[in-house]
Amino acid sequence: IHFVLLISRQGKVRLTKWYSTYSKKERSKVLRELSGVILTRGPRLCNFVEWRGLKVVYKRYASLYFCMCMDPDGNELEILEIIHHYVEVLDRYFGSVCELDLIYNFHKAYYILDEILISGELQESSKRTVVRSVAAQDSLVEAAKEETGSTISNIIALAAK
Amino acid sequence: MSGPSLMDSLFQRTLEDLIKGLRQQLIGEQAFISKALEEIRKEIKSTDLSTKSTALLKLCYLSNLHFHDMSFAAFHALEVLSSPRFPHKKIAYHAISLSFHDSTPVLLLITNHLRKDLTSTNEFEVSLSLQCLSRIANVDLARDLTPEVFTLLSSNKLYVRKRAVAVVLRVFEKYPDSVRVCFKRLVENLENYDPQILSAVVGVFSELACKDPRSYLPLAPEFYKILVDSKSNWISIKVLKIFAKLAPLEPRLANRVVEPICDLMRKTGAKSLLFECVRTVVTSFSEYESAVRLAVEKIREFLVDEDPNLKYLGLHALSIVASKHLWVVSENKEVVIKSLSDPDPNIKIESLRLVMAMVSEHNVAEISKVLVNYALKSDPLFCNEILGSILSTCSRNVYEIIVDFDWYVSLLGEMSRIPHCQMGEEIENQFIDIGLRVKDVRPELVRVARDLLIDPALLGNSFLHRVLSAAAWVSGEYVEFSRNPLEFMEALLQPRTSLLPPSIMAIYIQSAFKVLVFCLHTCFVRGGSTAGVPASASYESFDDLSVENGADSTVAHGQTCTSAPITNESIVNLLKLVELALSPLLGSHDVEVQERARNLLGFVDLIKLEALNSSGQEENDSERKGVEATKIIRLVHDAFSKELGPVSLTAQGKVPVPDGLTLNENLGDLETICGDIELPSSNTFSFGYPSEEKDVSSFSNLQIKEDSGQSNESTSLLAEHRKRHGLYYLPSGKSEVISNDYPPANDPALQGDNNDNASDLVKLTAESLVPKRKPNHSKPRPVVVKLDEVDEKPVAVKQLESRDDSLSGAVRDILFGSEDILPTSSRSNLPNSNRKGKKKQHMITQVESKENVVDDGNSSSRRRKDHSHGKERRHRKKNAEERNETDRKEKESSSNHPRRHKSRQRAEEPLKVPPQTSVIPDFLL
Repeated sequence: IHFVLLISRQGKVRLTKWYSTYSKKERSKVLRELSGVILTRGPRLCNFVEWRGLKVVYKRYASLYFCMCMDPDGNELEILEIIHHYVEVLDRYFGSVCELDLIYNFHKAYYILDEILISGELQESSKRTVVRSVAAQDSLVEAAKEETGSTISNIIALAAK
Repeated sequence: MSGPSLMDSLFQRTLEDLIKGLRQQLIGEQAFISKALEEIRKEIKSTDLSTKSTALLKLCYLSNLHFHDMSFAAFHALEVLSSPRFPHKKIAYHAISLSFHDSTPVLLLITNHLRKDLTSTNEFEVSLSLQCLSRIANVDLARDLTPEVFTLLSSNKLYVRKRAVAVVLRVFEKYPDSVRVCFKRLVENLENYDPQILSAVVGVFSELACKDPRSYLPLAPEFYKILVDSKSNWISIKVLKIFAKLAPLEPRLANRVVEPICDLMRKTGAKSLLFECVRTVVTSFSEYESAVRLAVEKIREFLVDEDPNLKYLGLHALSIVASKHLWVVSENKEVVIKSLSDPDPNIKIESLRLVMAMVSEHNVAEISKVLVNYALKSDPLFCNEILGSILSTCSRNVYEIIVDFDWYVSLLGEMSRIPHCQMGEEIENQFIDIGLRVKDVRPELVRVARDLLIDPALLGNSFLHRVLSAAAWVSGEYVEFSRNPLEFMEALLQPRTSLLPPSIMAIYIQSAFKVLVFCLHTCFVRGGSTAGVPASASYESFDDLSVENGADSTVAHGQTCTSAPITNESIVNLLKLVELALSPLLGSHDVEVQERARNLLGFVDLIKLEALNSSGQEENDSERKGVEATKIIRLVHDAFSKELGPVSLTAQGKVPVPDGLTLNENLGDLETICGDIELPSSNTFSFGYPSEEKDVSSFSNLQIKEDSGQSNESTSLLAEHRKRHGLYYLPSGKSEVISNDYPPANDPALQGDNNDNASDLVKLTAESLVPKRKPNHSKPRPVVVKLDEVDEKPVAVKQLESRDDSLSGAVRDILFGSEDILPTSSRSNLPNSNRKGKKKQHMITQVESKENVVDDGNSSSRRRKDHSHGKERRHRKKNAEERNETDRKEKESSSNHPRRHKSRQRAEEPLKVPPQTSVIPDFLL
């Protein structure tokens, strides 16, 4: 997989992840081209687009398009499965996920993606494991935050005195 | 000290605030973002790590979704990374893997952080750093961190281990020597029973095998086991991918694997796995009839499925089969044709490709007809897609599949009338190309051109202008096949031509010029009696000699004269028409048009006097003047009716540059010779070797112009035209190129050729056509082409190999039992192949001796084996030990799975070839 994109129906980018090196300019060009191609496609068409010698597999969930780009000899249906897998994990994690969840928790969407894919390869096919490990990391983060929070409140308390 | 940072951290916007603000901003997105960036720049410099990390996170957001540069924060990201707290680290890693690339300057500083985290006890920290490494690793990082990754490969935490396995891929890619260290452990992981690890390992191997399958042949038994045992579809797909790569290299392996794959195909319910099976079979197992049949069955299921995805994939698979088993496509012809009208453009294009793959000599007419009908119905984009593929398929290999050119030419005409047609340029090229190459089709070509030219409605369509220009050119060039040249004249000069762009206008005028000259020529010179100008006997005999197209054109002349007699009167009308149509163009803004128009009018003026006078004045006078006029006409006509030979577009490149000829030098000459003639930039033919002749001729032409004045005006004009529109004239390296001097001089020889070719014109069969065509244009081609290709390809391949070599070489080294713990790149690169060969042979002979397989050539190899054996022991004790270990393992496995072992041995067999030629490597001595 060369990159993963999430594009809203209005053409707004919600998430990008690049596994191959693309310069800034290339990235925005890719986005522009692909959103042009994909967003204009009707609902009853197939989910694969050939693009610059690569294949882009996309799938629409509500108002979001999930796109993944792969080599031409990759397996299209497998990629579709991966997309679906990712969406299901997101759904499980956020509890019926919606676009706003992804907007406000964009970093979490990234973390989950990282759990599923590593350097463009699927690495975790069990949804439960993904959710569990993300949750574990979250709890670590929370614990650390509480710590800082308490130090700050201590400082405030000190300052107030 | 704590004051400002405290304030900062208390009143800092969080990411959520930023996003909310961005969504509700009133001041415009850009303004808001730049304001936010301003804040971030300030915050990121703060000493408080949580402030810093929040700033970094916000920056990530902006950079990712709004493409703002975040390279300035690279160092700050590193600072955050050094924080002991997990959330900070997480954000920092996130930022780094998003923003770093190979040339990020601070990349050097990250090594230690990564190393620390790779050895951390917190599995999440380890996984984060692995994740990051998988993204940013460059040569240095890969080299420095290889030991850590190596340790992690056998970590007992699954979570970490599978990541480490995946990261290995990137490390190998960047630093091939690490293969020596890690490969063995990687292979061990293949035997792991945890599906996650297995999936990671198989994933790595499938990527590796894509690049260089040969090195991984020895691992085939392991893959085979996985294929048979695997329960997970993910893994099966990857293993299939590996086999798709390996099977073509080793037929016996293919024999072995094809059965399980077919089983899988029958059993599986998962479409993705099924498709992978199908694809593997059609790409790599196409010799196995039964497997292919099964795959085709499945493809058919895909094809008739409602789901457009499956349909598309079915078509895609078909197109893979098509190259080897065309019958499959024709079996599914109906579905394919039907899907031409699918709503999905991708499906349509895919099926179009298939249809084009089916095209052959016999069905080309039929298929084209169907396609043109589809083109008429479909949307502009797809319509042009269809037309484009028809054009390119039919013109493939110099119109290989076209038998009936008359049909094809009229198809071209038909296609250019399709309303959405935008392929004007291609059609134009083919019109001219066919005109040049195929003599027999010219009458039909002229007819089609006439139909196109005469229709005033077509002039309004700007996409058609190119086609029209070709038609105009054809009409001018092959006017002698026309039944009624006067009609052409009218068509070329019709008022609506003003819609044309100037460059095509110019072609129109030039063609009109040619047609006019032809008319005059038939009127005055050939059909002298009609015009009342007696042509002397000498002229007539001379004419017979100099008429370019020999017998056939004489016949044609005869026909034209009878079918549409050109009388003096009509000539007079014609001249009037020319004057009427062209005089406004004298004021044209385009130089080209203006010049052409002026030339033509000048010519008309010259002729008019004679033509008008000839009827009214006394015999003597008219005779004298008439002779003068006919002289001019004859000269011009001769100049125009020169046969033009076809030259392929790439002919220029195929002409070898002779020794001592530098192209630049040649160009320099060219400029001095015709300094005042501007070389048109669009003329692709004017540079390089063949143009030399042309330039010489035009040079001589210039001189002649000075000398003999008026009568040559037109010839020099022609020369100019030829120079400017090289495309139409296609100068070739042959002698019949373009000589603008008086043609009669070198004509007879040429004419002999043409006569020979055209002598049996009566047989218009295509069979006679082909051989005739070929000698015409392919004379300079064959040897040169081949040489070019042969020369170029191996070079490219070699380069590729050398790039891959270090990686795959290392892999092979490991696989064949040599464990060089201390790799030095220089050694690994230089005697690589030799050493490899040695090791391979060694292994093989051992295996053979174990199994008591008697093979010819075995004795010699065994002798050598012993030789190397002893040497190596001395050389490296440890090495030998390790090898023994692997040998033992192999023995075990062989005793457990005799079948497997056999296949391994088979897999190794082809590799035996190199050792026989290899020299004993230096470093072993």
